[in-house]
Order: sequence, then C-alpha cells, then structure tokens
Amino acid sequence: MKASEWVLVLAVFGASAVEMVEALTIVLAAGTSRGWRSALEGAASALAVLTAIVVLVGVPLIHYVPIDLLRVIVGALLLTLGLNWLRKAWLRASGHKALHDEDKIFAETVEELSHDGPVRPQRDAVGFAVAFKGVFLEGTEVVLIVISLGASQGRLGLAAAAAAAAALVVIVVGAIVARQLSKVPENAIKLTVGVMLSSFGIFWVGEGTGVHWPGADAFLLVLVAVFAACSALAIPWLRRSSPAQLGATT
Amino acid sequence: MTAAVARGLRAFGRFWWEFIVGDTPELFVATLVVIAVSLALASLHVVPVIVVPAVAVVAVLWSAARGRVRPRAED
Repeated sequence: MKASEWVLVLAVFGASAVEMVEALTIVLAAGTSRGWRSALEGAASALAVLTAIVVLVGVPLIHYVPIDLLRVIVGALLLTLGLNWLRKAWLRASGHKALHDEDKIFAETVEELSHDGPVRPQRDAVGFAVAFKGVFLEGTEVVLIVISLGASQGRLGLAAAAAAAAALVVIVVGAIVARQLSKVPENAIKLTVGVMLSSFGIFWVGEGTGVHWPGADAFLLVLVAVFAACSALAIPWLRRSSPAQLGATT
Repeated sequence: MTAAVARGLRAFGRFWWEFIVGDTPELFVATLVVIAVSLALASLHVVPVIVVPAVAVVAVLWSAARGRVRPRAED
C-alpha cells in the first residue's frame, strides 16, 4: 500500500472508532433501559441506511464528477472537519473544554429514557428511535469521511472496509467491557484523526487546484508532521491560560 | 404537501449548515481562503507548498485561541 493509503486507513479507522464509541454508549443506554431487541434493531437499521448512503452517493461521485473538482470539494470538506476536530481536541487537552464523558452520557440517557413511559416487551419504539438516532447521527460524519477519502483516491472499498473494521472492533470490545467505554482515550484518537483529516484536506485541495507537492503522495506525511508539531506546541500554549492553571497561579 | 417538502428542505439545509459551519464559521471561511490561495498560487512552485498549509495552521490556532475559556473580570 502507498503512504496515502496507509494514512487513509488510519484516518477512517480512527474517525469511525471515536464516533462508534459515542454511538455505542447511546445504544447501551437504550438497550439497558428499553430492552435489547429494539435497541439492536435501531442500531442495525441505522448502519444499513449509512451503508446505503456510502454506495448511493460514493459510487456515482467516483464515476461522474471530474476528478479535480471532486478533490477540491472533498478536500474542503475534510479540511473543515479536520480543523474542527483539531480545535476541539486542543481545547479539551488543554482544559478549556470538558472531556467527553461516556459514563455521564450513559447515565443521562438512561435517566431520560426512564421518563418515556412503560417499556413494551416485544418492540419498543422509544428504544428503537434512540438507538437509530444515536448511530445515524454519529455515523454521518464517518460516512462523509469514507466518501470523501474513498472517492478522492478511488479507494471507496478500502475506506468503507476500514470504517466497518473499526465499528466491529468497538462493538466487540464494547460487548466485552460493556460500560467501560469511558476508558477509551477518545481525545487522543480525535486529535490524531484531526491531524490526518486536516493533512488530507490541504493535500486534496492542492491537488485539485494544481499545486505540485514535492514527492507527490509522500508529502502527506510532511503535512501530518506539520499538524502534529503544531498540536504539540499549541496544547501547552493553550494550557497556560486554562482555568485550572490560572486558578493554581492566582 | 409543498409546505411539508419546504419544511423538510429547510431542516435538511439546517442540518448541513450546523454540521459544516456550526459554531466555528471562521474555520469554514478559512477553508474557502485555503482554496482561493491555492488557486491563486498554484502556478508558482514552492510558494503554495508553504503558504497553503500555513493559512490552515494560522486559522486553527486563531480559532482555538478564540475558543479559550476566559476568566471573569473582577467586579
């Protein structure tokens, strides 16, 4: 595999893993409080819809949109998502934003669902809807990343396989450890994926507009190094003004 | 029927606006600037290789600095 394909697999795998951890938390909460059958049916239906979107949108994109235009559009999309992920991860790592707490989300979702009337023994519409919505909303970002990265490199199958593998790993690990999802180093994964998406975004915008990157695909690794170095400098710089740090020094 | 379609389209548009622009419009604008700079400088050899990533780096640094929690002023 080429360097760009390795980065593609890592980026999609990481993005899918982070989003699936968040989705699994909601499915576990729905299953625990409203019954497993409806929660699992809701999650499976959402996964089926997301897969259909990848096929229905991704395949025509590869075949019918001119490659340079496609690269600028997906590059722009990846760059917007990547910069947002980076910003959020920096602010969380430096104490300016609360870390994503799966235990808290689980407890809050269970609490909300307990007020939604009696549980129906066979099929529970509330449990189905909550699980569907959780998986669909978290999965939309993954679908965008799969379509963008897959279409721009003509490797939609590889990108989809990386996302599916991550979802499978999270489901298996989630089934084993159940409610230990808060132990997943979510912010570190988000930071890594943010670095990769931003690098891909810059790379594809440049390719689509005619910039000649030195070393072609290998320049992606330089961009990854630039964004990683920038993160290594930005987090301590932001931490200096975090509420905890200011509290400790005043 | 048409009202329902219009409502659906509005909700669809709102969903994507929130998804892509959300509460960080500066990063969306930065992406447009990256495309513009890239188009403008593409014919030069070394300059875009440095300037295009630099625009993105400066944008995310600025956006993160804006997102910092600021201590409340003393009353």
